[in-house]
Amino acid sequence: MALLTIKDLSLGYDSRVIVENLNFAVNAGDYLCIIGENGSGKSTLMKTLLGLQEQIGGEIIPGDGLQKNEIGYLPQQNLVQKDFPASVKEIVISGCQARCGLRPFYTKSEKQMAKDNMAKMGITDLANRCYRELSGGQQQRVLLARALCATQKVLLLDEPVSGLDPRVTIEMYSLIENLNREGITVIMISHDIAAAVKYASHILHIGDSIFYGTKDEYLESDAGKFFLMQQKGGEK
Amino acid sequence: MLDKLVLYMQYPFVRYALIVGVLIALCSSLLGVTLVLKRFSYIGDGLSHVAFGAISIAAVLNLSNDMILVMPVTIISAILLLRTGQNAKIKGDAAIAMISVGALAFGYLIMNIFSTSSNLTGDVCSTLFGSTSILTLTQKEVWLCIILSIAVVIIFILFYNKIFAVTFDEDFAKATGTKADAYNLLIAIVIAIIIVLAMNLVGSLLISALVIFPALSAMRIFRSFKMVTVFSAILSVICALLGIIISILAGTPVGSTIVAADVVAFAICCLIGAVTGGVRK
Repeated sequence: MALLTIKDLSLGYDSRVIVENLNFAVNAGDYLCIIGENGSGKSTLMKTLLGLQEQIGGEIIPGDGLQKNEIGYLPQQNLVQKDFPASVKEIVISGCQARCGLRPFYTKSEKQMAKDNMAKMGITDLANRCYRELSGGQQQRVLLARALCATQKVLLLDEPVSGLDPRVTIEMYSLIENLNREGITVIMISHDIAAAVKYASHILHIGDSIFYGTKDEYLESDAGKFFLMQQKGGEK
Repeated sequence: MLDKLVLYMQYPFVRYALIVGVLIALCSSLLGVTLVLKRFSYIGDGLSHVAFGAISIAAVLNLSNDMILVMPVTIISAILLLRTGQNAKIKGDAAIAMISVGALAFGYLIMNIFSTSSNLTGDVCSTLFGSTSILTLTQKEVWLCIILSIAVVIIFILFYNKIFAVTFDEDFAKATGTKADAYNLLIAIVIAIIIVLAMNLVGSLLISALVIFPALSAMRIFRSFKMVTVFSAILSVICALLGIIISILAGTPVGSTIVAADVVAFAICCLIGAVTGGVRK
């Protein structure tokens, strides 16, 4: 059974429907890219998948023993975090919070896990630095390490490379690719169709027409062909 | 001068004032960091005006113990303000301004219409600015304050990690299964308790200062949440102690003196922050 099965999902807010009849499934190990224009409902879909927002209709069915809180999340930066005085260490370990329940403090194994994840993201030497003084790419690594503390199964990434320069963008993509190779299912929202086509195994295109399928199917589809055409046009 | 201080210390009301002052300064600074970061700096002001409104209603109703009315009303307002938080139609700052000004106006109006005292301006002034009420505390009030403060500190320590997670990134906390709403509720209740307590000390107008200044001062210098929290608590206690002692020795109003001490501390912290920040870069 799939990790997440999305059935006839309708999205929107205040009962205004943005996207209707969304059907797709995410299997363990998939790398799904959700692409679409601004305002097409990408972020709303992500919020609904995370349970931050109620869907208008349809169902999200978790499978394979996936708990609702086993989805790690890499949010877009919010305003509060811009001047938040917190060290990298504090932020990474806060990813373990959900596992704590009512237990007030972190256990040894959770602290170790935070360390391991910082090492994995290559930010061990930043552990005591202040988050707001880091560069955009470093901040994303911190938040990714935190998301890894929350889950080992599924990661939802909301525009993980927005605002990063090209070199750091490539680093970020290869970091995500490595995580995916290690068996973590990745669901990524992106503007960057070129990267989606390059890295993803599956693509969900929302907008006027909805497309869901593997990358190869996407490249054969109308939307994909349109994109490829644009891309060639752009390169000329 | 030391002799004078020792002499004053022999009076129980001075000792009470010091104990209560320090405890309130400690409690209000603990949550100050969270409030400032959540963009709720002005909630202290808003809630204290609500408490002022409630006090005037209690006075008109001739309630012997006005806490019965003031505490629940303030807690409910705090919950409403913090819960509606980010998704409300009326945003946080506007909601606080509305509640604050509205409650203040109604409080004064009610006091004016149903006034039982001959010195109305004096009453209002002392509720707003705290005046000398910290020097007229009874033993029972001191114990109440001690118990509530200990409760606040224990709650804060036990929920420290959760408060951090919810403050830093509420969406992430919610998405990964932390009960963010419950903790926001807890924060709101604790804040309401602190504010009602603090009204005795500095009066409603100056509570914001107690909440904001230590947190902002600490944020100038330190760069981790833990250090900011610890330092703002220490700073707040020192300023409260200094303020009360100076006000006793110099005969100045307690609340304003404490806030003045906080302002000076903030200026010093800004300087230190500018100097060390310059060195780091």
